[in-house]
Amino acid sequence: MRQAFIDTASALIEQDPRTALVLADISAAAFEQTALKHPDRVLNVGIREQLMIGVAGGLALTGLRPIAHSYATFLIDRAYEQIKLDLAHQGVGAILVSVGASYDGSSAGYTHMSPMDVQLIDTLPGWTVHVPGHPGEVASLLTTATAHDDPVYLRLSTQANDIAYADAGLLRPVRHGTKALVVAVGPMLAPVLEATRGLDVTVAYTHTPRPFDTTGLRELAVSGNIALIEPYLAGTSAHVVSAALADRPHRLLSLGVTRRDLHSYGTPADHARQHGLDPTTLRTSLTTWLP
Amino acid sequence: MTVLEVMPLLTRLTGDEKHAPSAFSTLDVLWVLYDRVLRVDPHRPDDPDRDRFLLSKGHGPAAYYAVLAAKGFLPHDWLDDLAGADSPLGHHPDRLRVPGVEISSGSLGHGLGLGVGTALGLRAQGRLEPRVYVLLGDAELDEGSNHEAIAYAGATGLDTITAVVIDNRSASHGWPGGIASRFAVHGWTAVTVDGRDHDAVEAGLKQAAEGAPHVVVAVVETKGS
Repeated sequence: MRQAFIDTASALIEQDPRTALVLADISAAAFEQTALKHPDRVLNVGIREQLMIGVAGGLALTGLRPIAHSYATFLIDRAYEQIKLDLAHQGVGAILVSVGASYDGSSAGYTHMSPMDVQLIDTLPGWTVHVPGHPGEVASLLTTATAHDDPVYLRLSTQANDIAYADAGLLRPVRHGTKALVVAVGPMLAPVLEATRGLDVTVAYTHTPRPFDTTGLRELAVSGNIALIEPYLAGTSAHVVSAALADRPHRLLSLGVTRRDLHSYGTPADHARQHGLDPTTLRTSLTTWLP
Repeated sequence: MTVLEVMPLLTRLTGDEKHAPSAFSTLDVLWVLYDRVLRVDPHRPDDPDRDRFLLSKGHGPAAYYAVLAAKGFLPHDWLDDLAGADSPLGHHPDRLRVPGVEISSGSLGHGLGLGVGTALGLRAQGRLEPRVYVLLGDAELDEGSNHEAIAYAGATGLDTITAVVIDNRSASHGWPGGIASRFAVHGWTAVTVDGRDHDAVEAGLKQAAEGAPHVVVAVVETKGS
């Protein structure tokens, strides 16, 4: 996904004089050639994430469409107040593109993880959040985001599904059943499909949890049983689902990354197991919960 | 019109609090900027080639509002309901509600980064005439975000930005070696002036040179004196 972002962003800078990229050292080498051609619109501020967002806000104030990029924990967690004030409160937008989703950087430890990034962005109004599940979904999401001025968060991961779905801005059913609706966000689709094999459930996929497709949710949640499987902090979209179904009885199971700091390294698969997001544990959680 | 004529406007905002240090410390610098330096027009507040003035130190904006009113950016009767429920004027300015206000500010340490981005955005669009001015306080420099901007602007020779630091010695731990040196070590041209001397402030602002960002440290009375 990261390479898809680099390729697409480089092309956009080449084609669209309104697009500008702000970096804080991360991925700077990959944009070296583009920076040589467009030094005024490819800006590496060094390891200064507060400034990266401040600069993005300033660029937007002059009418440019800034893309700011780093690891999620530095881009979102560290610079949260700049996102809140230098973008949202100024009434301007930007495209924030992260790598290092949740525990992608497991071997680097908790300092390089951000399972809470989407929940932090969700505290602010008006953001579109894209969580692609496949590298093939990245280019169109980024290109579409450069065509307007609203705030967009594009969360890239090293975890990926087998298939790219171009039409998954809304809830896209990929398996049909009767007992429950299981919503898989981004790269959770692959483990969810494995976990639900043989179960009588509908599985719906989306790469865009904000705005959440509440119309599709209401249509697909006919059983009243909804399981929400997100690749970031568990329960991040629970309030949206609950509000959308407030007028009808329903049961909601929210699974995702737990709030625990595991103080461990290893692989993303190791962390998925410890947070209960591997296919085996997901299946146990679902079958225990299903009516 | 002189700065003395702004005082009745300031009084409409602050009443008995008109000498509140944070409101008053900036008055002369703001007046010089709007009266002698900034290329801004209240009839064309969105002119893309206007100079930009960013009040980073959003605290005590009464002097800012009074100067904006004096220069025709906002109606004088707005000054009579500071921070009222329906008033566009609050204790920290909101760019979406006040004509001529370039940034919403209040939380310290945001204006210089936004100013650097604004200067870069103008340059990227070939707008080389507008200059970006950012007003900060000496205590505001405690925020580390400022130093990210100071280092980057200096290293890249961003010569369309001017910082103005109002120094009323309110930083809890002070700035040993002076404020100007903090900028100069990163390649800024720096000048320290009497913040109450209009000619000195104007001269300091106009000393900006090609190839480097510029800072004017405007020294005023010590806070609380």
